[in-house]
Amino acid sequence: MEIKKVNENKTTTVMISGRVDTSTAPALEQELKDSFDECDAMVLDFSNVEYISSAGLRVLLATHKVMSKKGGMSVTNVSEDIMEIFEVTGFSDILDIK
Amino acid sequence: MKEIEIQAMTENLPVVLGFVDEQLETAECSMKVQMQIDIAVEEIFVNIAHYAYTPEVGNAVIAMAITDGSAVIVFKDRGIHYDPLAKADPDISLSAEERQIGGLGIFMVKKTMDDVKYEYTDGQNIFTIVKSLK
Repeated sequence: MEIKKVNENKTTTVMISGRVDTSTAPALEQELKDSFDECDAMVLDFSNVEYISSAGLRVLLATHKVMSKKGGMSVTNVSEDIMEIFEVTGFSDILDIK
Repeated sequence: MKEIEIQAMTENLPVVLGFVDEQLETAECSMKVQMQIDIAVEEIFVNIAHYAYTPEVGNAVIAMAITDGSAVIVFKDRGIHYDPLAKADPDISLSAEERQIGGLGIFMVKKTMDDVKYEYTDGQNIFTIVKSLK
């Protein structure tokens, strides 16, 4: 997994590439936590996410809870296969998917 | 069935997925089905790694066969007697604030596999998943 972050006008866009799994989810969680103070809103760009397991979903839910008290968190460019995981788990109803 | 026996530690997840993917690749299954199977394998193996032998470390056996166009994968461990299927499903209709973080892994396995089965025999937890590759 690779993460790139861009902060512009208090919005942090996080571009995630590769697999978000048990091994990589802790690093993603830390990266997102590190950005909480510098941003009002967060955009997670999922263009290059190939895989997400429950470990990754937990990070999304926890981050969503924190960001919903501020300017919110959205998830963009979700592939069809990842979208199906969001639907199966009910995350498609919780997350702001654009 | 081909099988591997490995220490049930999350660090060994790539070895387990490598074993499974190697066989899926010979079966020419779609990327989507491969991802669903990989997720199921991750969830089950990580569960064993986290809970079966804690605080000790023990082994897990992962056996796999592809028959009649379906992948059959069996996980065995000699840890504490635990039926992951007995746990209630998370309520996915709750709002984000009410949702609990946890219980999602096995729920995903149940939802995406065609069949899941748990048995406890001769001191072994035996968890079997079946997924059509067609």
